[in-house]
Amino acid sequence: MTDIHREAFREEARELLAELETALLDLEKMPSDAEIISQVFRVMHTIKGSGAMFGFENVAAFTHNMETVYDRIRNGKMAVSKSIIDLTLAASDEIQKMIDAEDQEMPDDNAAASRIARSFRDMLAGPDAPPAEDTRLSAAPEPGLPTADAPELTYRISFCPDPDIFISGTNPVLLLNELRSMGTCRILANTDSIPFLDDIDPETCYTAWDIILTTDQDRNAIRDVFIFVEDQCRLSIDVIDDSTTEDAFQDYKKLGEILIDRGDLDTKKLKHALNSQKLDGQKRIGSVLADASLVSPDRLQAALDEQQHVREMRQKRHVAEASASIRVPAEKLDAMVNMVGELVTVQSRLNQIAAQLNDLSLIQVAEEVERLTAGLRENTMSIRMLPIGATFSRFQRLVRDLSIDLGKDIVLHTDGAETEMDKTVIEKLNDPLVHIIRNSIDHGIEKPEVRKAAGKPEQGTVLLSAQHSGANVFIQVSDDGAGLDAEIIRAKAVQKCLIAPEAVLSEKEIFSLIFAPGFSLAKEVTNVSGRGVGMDVVKKGIENLQGGIEIISRKGMGTSIILKLPLTMAIIDGLLVKIGDIHYIMPLAAIEECIELTREDLARAHGKHIANIRGEIVPYILLRELFSQEGRVPDIQQIVTARIDGSRIGLVVDQVVGQHQTVIKSMSRIYRDIEYISGATILGDGSVALILDLPKLIRHSEIMEKSKNRSAFAGMDSVSQAPALTEAG
Amino acid sequence: MSKVIMTVDDSASIRQMVSFTLRDAGYEVVEAVDGKDALSKVDNQPLNMVLTDLNMPNLDGIGLIRALRAHAACKFIPIVMLTTESQAERKQEGKAAGATGWIVKPFKPEQLIAVVKKVLG
Repeated sequence: MTDIHREAFREEARELLAELETALLDLEKMPSDAEIISQVFRVMHTIKGSGAMFGFENVAAFTHNMETVYDRIRNGKMAVSKSIIDLTLAASDEIQKMIDAEDQEMPDDNAAASRIARSFRDMLAGPDAPPAEDTRLSAAPEPGLPTADAPELTYRISFCPDPDIFISGTNPVLLLNELRSMGTCRILANTDSIPFLDDIDPETCYTAWDIILTTDQDRNAIRDVFIFVEDQCRLSIDVIDDSTTEDAFQDYKKLGEILIDRGDLDTKKLKHALNSQKLDGQKRIGSVLADASLVSPDRLQAALDEQQHVREMRQKRHVAEASASIRVPAEKLDAMVNMVGELVTVQSRLNQIAAQLNDLSLIQVAEEVERLTAGLRENTMSIRMLPIGATFSRFQRLVRDLSIDLGKDIVLHTDGAETEMDKTVIEKLNDPLVHIIRNSIDHGIEKPEVRKAAGKPEQGTVLLSAQHSGANVFIQVSDDGAGLDAEIIRAKAVQKCLIAPEAVLSEKEIFSLIFAPGFSLAKEVTNVSGRGVGMDVVKKGIENLQGGIEIISRKGMGTSIILKLPLTMAIIDGLLVKIGDIHYIMPLAAIEECIELTREDLARAHGKHIANIRGEIVPYILLRELFSQEGRVPDIQQIVTARIDGSRIGLVVDQVVGQHQTVIKSMSRIYRDIEYISGATILGDGSVALILDLPKLIRHSEIMEKSKNRSAFAGMDSVSQAPALTEAG
Repeated sequence: MSKVIMTVDDSASIRQMVSFTLRDAGYEVVEAVDGKDALSKVDNQPLNMVLTDLNMPNLDGIGLIRALRAHAACKFIPIVMLTTESQAERKQEGKAAGATGWIVKPFKPEQLIAVVKKVLG
């Protein structure tokens, strides 16, 4: 409120308080003078009302009970007493202080004021309590603001004003205009009750209105339009259509139904009309009803309007829904991704040429193209992204059915359902996740009685969560079940000849044994799991997706299986390396570091492929040897270390070129037997680089090694060979 | 031509605030200090609307509304009363006398304009 208004109020209040004082003194002499009493009341009333208007809330609150007391006196329900007058005089002084005070906080703790306020309150406390206040605080209906995502509803409003509505100065047209401003509106006047011209009284309202309104505002907002005429009209507001109606094509009610709904027709008459329509053949139900004078033309028109309106709204909604998203065949999208891939390749060539020519203007253009290409790439990738939620919700059913089958009480919680991933990744993720969740339910979570005995809630929980982290998505399946027992796994692995009995393995390595083919911990085979097919399939599935898998488990507390997946499979971040004059790409996600390997280092290792990296023993594979690359070995080679299956392994290459945005191209079927090559990419200069599948490459190398030194490594097998190698070395 | 609204209130500060707000919104405003004063000014110019307080000396709001409705020129114009929340019955009384609507005190300038727009168009 502007200060000039506050100042005006102060001025006025001072005058009013002076008037109040005079009046009170007069009242003391003539305690029953009605004129003086109502004068006192009026002053209180004005101070209270205006005080609240101009921000003197404390004054308004303070005066409220005083006003009520004087209202009672005015109505003869209380008598004026000397004590009341004394109190009022004292109160008047307090009000003066409150109004003079610049700082509105001050009078709150004013002891005198609160004592007076209490006294007035006490006077009112009695059998004759103050009348309940009208709770409607603001009669000025604030224009209902459309809430963000309020659904659009279609209302049928029937407004029939009393004939004498004009006398109260109400213009019904304004109300209709107000409705019109709320949304899409169809208004039809019902003129049935307009008499012949001779009988018309121009000051009487004969018209009623039928309004069909589609708006995102609620029923109260519509009621508010009619707030001033509530008791001067017949008003009905019904919702006839909401946007949640599943099928946009579903037709709205038939005309007859609408008429019955509106109370313009009864079922019997409708049946009668329908029968005569049958006899008549071609006629529409509307004209049958009109001809038979069962429904007035106006009513009929109103019903037709309603039908039309709802149809249009549904149509519109359908169009809106349709245009909000476009369905595109997946091939088109794939083609686009391919083209963007080509573009990335061409762009890197352009960069290279620009750098070679060292032409400033060309470099500038090349940089511009690079920026645009990056944007286009990101955009195209995001088009292929889908939230993982749909997959998650499918598992609810799985968990429910399985837990019932197994007699367990298990609930599945999901988190991060909105996390987006490449469509193909999501599709290929389904089977591995099913396996993992089955395992959790079957082996992880104990039966209710076991859980109870262990002091855990009888209901087991499986948490399925997804979350973004850089270019990866982590998907975690956790249960609060029994957890994995490292000793049992170890014993089982030894029994199955997966590891040597004397091998020293870390807990993580032991857990990763469960991914070995044919490995099962289940004592008995259930129809859910336990056949030993499962976790190795899961691992393969995840590796095919260029992802990783990790197990964290605490005995008795539960198990978490964490999947690390790339956001997309079409373009990856790769490390470009060179062996001889051939380029290779290693997926950057698994790479840890690059270190030099000198000729001396090699000599010192006495032919054993083991490096000491900051105290850690890391075995390495000479890719040059593995790929049978001819040519001279450089003096300084590079070891690229990667973490595969939880253990560190080095890959020796001639040269590390650097990071490379890699567009994955699949290779011809001729090469499909070369497992450790997952694809190829085209480099800036047009040459081809093969993309290495590191886990498979290492497995391949192990097989090669084994066939070479079968005797030296007898008894070793598969997964955790790397640490076993260390042992042997 | 701008519409003319009469504001009737014995509180000068309310009158000032109402006039200020309405003039700001492009209306022409006539002020009156009570019902009697208002009636004496009715014939000076055609009124499009009246905003009146209920508690006033000489002639109160209810009396004014009745008198205005009996006056040919004001029979159908919107009349809005300013009430306080504790006056539910007075509101009924006012409606019965012929008031078009009401505004509950305290109100903000925007609320005043909203109600004026509602009844005056």
